Amino acid sequence: MAMTIHIDVVSAEESIFSGLAEFVAAPAAMGEVGIYPRHAPMITTIKPGALRIKVPNEAEETLIFISGGVLEVQPGVITVLADTAIRGHDLDEASATEAKRAAEEAMKNKSSEMDYAKAQAELIEAVAQLHAIQKLRKDVAKH
Amino acid sequence: MAGSKEIRTKIKSVENTRKITKAMEMVAASKMRKAQERMRAARPYAEKIRNVAAHLSYAHPEYKHPFLIKREKVGNVGLIVVTSDKGLCGGLNTNVLRMSLSQMKNWEGEGKGIAVTAIGNKGLGFMSRLGANVKSHVTALGDAPHMDKLIGPIKVMLDAYIAGEIDQLFVCYTRFINTMKQEPVVEQLLPLSGEQVGSAEGHWDYIYEPDAKVVINDLMVRYIESLVFHAVAENMASEQSARMVAMKSASDNAKNVIGELKLVYNKARQAAITKEISEIVGGAAAV
Repeated sequence: MAMTIHIDVVSAEESIFSGLAEFVAAPAAMGEVGIYPRHAPMITTIKPGALRIKVPNEAEETLIFISGGVLEVQPGVITVLADTAIRGHDLDEASATEAKRAAEEAMKNKSSEMDYAKAQAELIEAVAQLHAIQKLRKDVAKH
Repeated sequence: MAGSKEIRTKIKSVENTRKITKAMEMVAASKMRKAQERMRAARPYAEKIRNVAAHLSYAHPEYKHPFLIKREKVGNVGLIVVTSDKGLCGGLNTNVLRMSLSQMKNWEGEGKGIAVTAIGNKGLGFMSRLGANVKSHVTALGDAPHMDKLIGPIKVMLDAYIAGEIDQLFVCYTRFINTMKQEPVVEQLLPLSGEQVGSAEGHWDYIYEPDAKVVINDLMVRYIESLVFHAVAENMASEQSARMVAMKSASDNAKNVIGELKLVYNKARQAAITKEISEIVGGAAAV
């Protein structure tokens, strides 16, 4: 039997693949890398592309498309931390700018001072309402 | 039979309300199951990334990422408040907001400036009414949290941290304990404490591509994002179960109200019949 290495492909939203592999090819930042078992420890960022995993006893390679992330090779285990969104410095910057702009827009008509007292009063009122409802319910249940 | 028609209408309307709350309860129950699964699915990523970060910080003591460096003087703090988009989920949002408010009050008492990122409609509404400095926000997340919606708002905070505009970053959300119990918590994101990163079991250095700094930077940003993502996922599970519980008690309550109204209705009906009979009997006796 050929040597195998454990590989985990996980994203923030789900676990994509977990199992043994004879060979893994990944689109690393500096060009595609092929990893066999007993590869030296390595860590690299990966570009959007296809991750190819050769699973033992299967003729076809398993293809997983990932939109970037980080690949880590430890002795005996490969971890791919896949991104769920296409990332890039410019794209991240753009979404940050957009978020900032939206926030500024929303804050345009705000009062300058933080009105803690008013806000607290509001929350206390809400809590009191909830308590009142609960109490009412208990009373009703008793009758 | 004066009031009987009104009572009937009232019973009908309460029944309709009950139908709605019952439906919402069942929808929330099924959504809760999915949200819990999603919450669990997010866990391996956070754990893995944490392990890698731990290895990195051990293998590379000479390069310290800004996220790991504790600043001596804390001038301003950032707070990410995670709430739900919709209401009708009991005290969930109120509790989170109350907790953040008391934290903010403390900070302001210490003379610290506060920047806020609001995730979820309820938090945004509250924070803008409060007049807090909302740096970024994201609403309409839907039922499943997606990373691409969170990246921008989180980056605003991370950039502010790197630029020195804030010296600490916290997240406030509702932790999911079980279906009946959720509690609001405030956790520190930045600077990352040593224990959060954990310790590595083995010692080895990596081959870095392109180089150590780039990889560590990328990884740290992703780590923080995954923590926030996890908070959002947990908050969503909490929201659905809180809603389920709230709607269940609303349905039960409606049931009680219907019972009472029916009793009143039957009493009124009986009284009318008794009255009619006594009138007839009275009439017959007179003849």
